[in-house]
Order: sequence, then C-alpha cells, then structure tokens
Amino acid sequence: MAKMNLLQAVNSALDIAMAKSDKVYSFGEDTGAFGGVFRATSGLTEKYGRHRNFNTPLVEQGIIGFANGLASQGSYAVAEIQFGDYIFPAFDQIVNEAAKFRYRSGNEFNVGGLTIRTPYGGGISGGHYHSQSPEAYFAHTPGLKIVIPRNPYMAKGLLLSSIFDPNPVLFMEPKRLYRAAVGEVPEGEYMLELSKADIVKEGKDITVLAWGAQVEMAEKAAELAAQDGIDCEVIDLVTLLPWDVDTVAESVRKTGRLVVTQEAPLTSGFASEVAATIQQECFLYLESPIGRVCGLDTPYPLSHEKEYFVDHLKVYEAIKASMTY
Amino acid sequence: MAKDKQHQLDIVTKPEFIDGSALSIPMFQILAEDGTIRKGATVPEMDKELALKIFSTMQFIRILDERMIAAQRQGRISFYLSSLGEEAASIGSAAALSPADMIMGQYREQGALAFRGFTVEQFMNQLFSNERDFGKGRQMPVHYGCAALNFMTIASPLATQIPQATGYAYGQKMDETGTCTICYFGEGAASEGDFHAGLNMASVYKVPVIFFCRNNGYAISTPSQGEQYGGDGIAPRGVAYGMKTIRVDGNDVFAVYEATRLARQLAVEQNEPVLIEGMSYRMAGHSTSDDPTGYRTREEENAWKVKDPVVRFQKWLQNQGWITEAEAQQNYDVEKAKVLAALKEAETIPVPHIDEIIEDVYDTPPKHLQQQLAELKAHIRKYPEAYPKTASRIDGGK
Repeated sequence: MAKMNLLQAVNSALDIAMAKSDKVYSFGEDTGAFGGVFRATSGLTEKYGRHRNFNTPLVEQGIIGFANGLASQGSYAVAEIQFGDYIFPAFDQIVNEAAKFRYRSGNEFNVGGLTIRTPYGGGISGGHYHSQSPEAYFAHTPGLKIVIPRNPYMAKGLLLSSIFDPNPVLFMEPKRLYRAAVGEVPEGEYMLELSKADIVKEGKDITVLAWGAQVEMAEKAAELAAQDGIDCEVIDLVTLLPWDVDTVAESVRKTGRLVVTQEAPLTSGFASEVAATIQQECFLYLESPIGRVCGLDTPYPLSHEKEYFVDHLKVYEAIKASMTY
Repeated sequence: MAKDKQHQLDIVTKPEFIDGSALSIPMFQILAEDGTIRKGATVPEMDKELALKIFSTMQFIRILDERMIAAQRQGRISFYLSSLGEEAASIGSAAALSPADMIMGQYREQGALAFRGFTVEQFMNQLFSNERDFGKGRQMPVHYGCAALNFMTIASPLATQIPQATGYAYGQKMDETGTCTICYFGEGAASEGDFHAGLNMASVYKVPVIFFCRNNGYAISTPSQGEQYGGDGIAPRGVAYGMKTIRVDGNDVFAVYEATRLARQLAVEQNEPVLIEGMSYRMAGHSTSDDPTGYRTREEENAWKVKDPVVRFQKWLQNQGWITEAEAQQNYDVEKAKVLAALKEAETIPVPHIDEIIEDVYDTPPKHLQQQLAELKAHIRKYPEAYPKTASRIDGGK
C-alpha cells in the first residue's frame, strides 16, 4: 500500500494498464511529455514512448473520433478530454458513434477498448466552464458505461476496470478531489467491479445516495445527522450506466427513505432517474417523498459558487426534512 | 532575404496577400471521355482479368442500383441510395488496394464493397433488414458492414468516419501491419468539423490513410460550387494540412486506380497520409427521398451523361479486344438475373428474432435490458396482431 492522491491513483492505473498491454494508448490535449494540465499522465511518455502517450491537436471531436477508430482497430484507446465542460464538441462521436458502434454493426465491429477520461465538477472557482457535471447528458445514451470514483482507491481500481472493460466507458474524475483526496492505495494491479454500488456507511433510518465528489458531502451530512440521532446509510452509486438498482432499492426497503444528491442542476439530472426508479421499486416501503439535493437550474456561477454548491448543510437539511415529513 | 528564426519564415517588407485561387489544382486523367487514352498518358499496369472484374462489378452495381430504386418505388424496401455515375470512383480505388486494407465508407461506396466480394445475397439481406443481415436489421438500407471483408459498417452521420480512419490507421501503423485505411466521403461532408479534425490529425501523426473525396457536385440539393465551398474544391485543403494531394477525374477508372495505387504506396511504405479528390457527378438523386428535377436542369445532367464512367471504360475494353458488346450484354443479363433472384429470396426471409433487440448494446445484455425485453415480449404476446413480424415466433427461439 502507498499513500496516493486521486491524481496519483489515476496515473498509477494508466501506468499499470500501459505496462500490461502494449495496445493501450493514452492521449489528449497536453497529455504528452508535459503530463496533462492536472499531471494525470505525467511520466508515461518517458516510460512508454511518445507513440503510446501523446499530445493531440486541440480538437475534442477529433480526439474522440480518433479514439473510436483506434479502438475499433482492436487497441485500448484512453482519451482525455481536458475538462468535462469541453466534451460537447465530441458529443456526436460519443453518442452517435461510440455508443452505437457495436449495435449498429450487429457486433461486426466494436469500440469496447475506448475509455474517455475527463475531470468534472465544481468547488474550484472554475466558473461556468471549469465546473460542470455533464453526466446526465450521457446517461441517456444506451451503449455507454459511466463510472465516477470518489477517492484514490476507487479511482485506480475502477479506471483499470474501465480500460479493459469490453464496452466504451466515460470515466469522470472529480477534479476538486484530485489533490484533496488522499488515501491508501495498493501499488499493484487490482480491478473493481463496474455497475456495483458501494455502501460507504451502513445505517437504518434513511438512505443518502451520491456519486463522485458529492459522496463526501453525503458523508459529512450523515455525521451532522448522527448528532441528531439519525442513522444514515450512505451509498456511492459508482456507476451511473448501467446502474445498480438492486443495492439502492434494498437499502431503501430497509430505511424507507431516500435522499439523492448531485452537483449537476436539478432538472433532468440523474437523481431524477434514480427517484423515478426507486419509487417504482419501493413504493409501498417509502415513508416520505424521495428528496433530490442538486445544483440550481442555472449555469454554474463564479462569485456565488459557495451558495450554488451542494454542500453538506443542504444535504443535512434534506435528510431532516425527509425524517420529519 | 531575412528570416524569422522562431517560425522559420522568410520576411517581406511589403503587404502581399495570397489570392484564394492561387493554388489551382489540375485534374489527372488517363481515359478521355471517348474511351481513348489521352495523349501523353500511360495506361496503368492492369491485366485483363482485373480489368474485367472491375467492369463486371460496375455492371453489377448499376443493375443493383436500378433494381433497388425500383423496389423502393414499389414499397418493397424503405429507402435506397444509388451510386449511379460514381462507379469508377469507388470500384477503381478499391481495386488498387489490398483486401487487408480497411475501408471506411460514407454510404455511396457499394461498388467498393462488391469488389471486395460481398455477395448479391448479402447485399439483399441488408437491404431487406432480414435475419441474415450482418447488421441484424438494425440500420436503414445501404448501411452495409462486413468484418471479414474489412469494410467498416456504414453510419448515417456525415464525416464521423474521417477522424476514425486516422485512429484506425494509427493502430495499423503501430501494429506494423503493412496495411492502410481508405476513407470515403463527399464534398459536402468535407464541410463538417470532423473532416478538418481527421485530416489535421493524420498529418500530425503521419498515418497510413487515404482520404478519398467523391466530389459529385451535390449534397442532396446543395450544389458544391459557390454554395458548399467558395474555393477550389476540396483538394487544396489537403495541401493546407501538409499532406500529399491529387485531384483525379473520378469518372476515369484508370486515373482513379493509378492515383490510389500510388497513394497506397505512400501510405504503407512511408506512412504518408494522402488526399484524393475524385471529380464526378451524382447522376441519381441523393436518395429515393428526393427528386433532382427540383434543383438542377436536364441540360446539366445530359452534359455529364457523355462522361459516363462505365460507358467510357467499356469502350476502352472493346477497343482493346478484351470484351465484345455481345459479351458485355450477356454478362449484364447474367448479373441481372442474379439480382432479381436474390431480391425475391431476401424478401421471404424473416426479420431477426425479437430477442436480438437488446443484444450488442453492450457485450452482454445488462439486467435492465433483460427486464425491458421480458416486458416487451409479454406485451407482444398480448397483442400479437399488432406486431406480426415478431409475434409468430416470439417463443420459438432465435
């Protein structure tokens, strides 16, 4: 075991993947010898050469188009989009191409070797275009997997699983935690199961569901609630597509209450999908309406970031509202 | 002359604008419109067997296109795209490649696929979306694909295949396969962002890819000159991206073949990406969904009829003594009979089993898809008359 922050864990996963198979390629804007603007790919060019880890021109649709082609050829293409906010020029290549590649060809071809890494989320004074959480746009797309780690241990194991998973994966990295989250991480190879939610803290009174950086807010809110005698079960959804309905439903059948929290805006966010499915699965077990604690339906602001941010206090209030409904 | 050291540029002291038409790219032609060899041109090394295979494929595609447009008019298939007038561009280029080279088409390259050996039955199975279609009946007609023939499945979105071809060729280069990728697209698709992304990246990475633009004059109803682009077509863009570029007469099968053969050498032996612009004319409508009389004149169409690539090649073959008119007609009749027989057969083959609807979304169907399928099947069993294509054998297995 070694102490790593989330960036180092990502870097370690890439290192192991590239050592494991010489068909693994890593590329994106500034990700070559410089190592990426966050340094997630640092050291890889020195170790594996500039043909395995390299810079791309500044063109997101080209990066993912290139990655789709490389993956369809049988390689593992690990493409970085520098910020989740800049993924939209590649939307067509992700939604119309990567996601449908296997289906439309009747499995004659596939891009299972594709993994798209991108930092997402707020809390870093990034304003409109360095703060967004765009997962819901992609969660509406059959054929993709969407994975979001909450800490360094999860990041490394999940990224290795994502790279070698036989389906295209959108791997969203919580950039607020890149250096802030530090933990014990095995130095060698290990993989964590996709589409498997993780019960972070068991509890009996209410289920609090989150993913990525927002799990930290759920945990902090649960600590506050504990002081009021409320025993929260905190679950990290981990994979948004296809998501682990069973683990969440089982928890809600036990607690009778659910609060879902996400950084992204409220309307049509993934929390809404969870709420719809869980009310279907657990209707007769529910003691109160399912709560959604989300970003405002506004663009991500700069000077009002603290107010906009879905902090632990907002989650705590939602927990209390559910308990006293 | 002074030099700017950082950019390695010559310095001038007077403002000199380069005219947008300064780079006027000529068109390579071997076979003149009357089927004779142009003075000074050399016939490419092509034996009789290959020449006749190309010609036979041209005839087959012409019959297929004609019959399937008719079939669409009769309501037997939903949609069709003809390649009438562009047969030399796709077949002549495919003939210059190795079967191991990857083909990434747009949707009007049925000639290249036929040359590779896709059978008339395989064409029909896709066109009728039946259970023998490699694509499992999931895409509209003409969206062919075949891994065994290295022909990437066609997708409707335009130009998406262009950066993909760069990525595919990167893998070929890294694996030292000694193969290349050819990527077809129209001059309309060359306006898409993906075109610029794909060419620029190919130039940066030096990958074995041939970009083949079929400039057929129209993007549905929009004419190329003045409405699709303001400059000298697509070829100058290749030069701007720093890649070897050639413009050919796309209706001259020899020019297409020779340019592609040389491009393949550059791609495979020197990892040089190449852009070929084949000048042609879409003699048919864009698809069965539009009527060209609404956007172009009969005079214009007639002016292109005399440049017909198949007629031109047949004249040369006859002059060469490699085929007689009677033999050409006999071959045409044989191919036509095959097309008609395959069409009738494909129509009778059922659509894929309903269980296929959730296959291949992922490598294995996840639980939520299995649930959705179970619910759908329960619904079909309840209202079988509403879903006649699948209800009759819903419980019979695949």
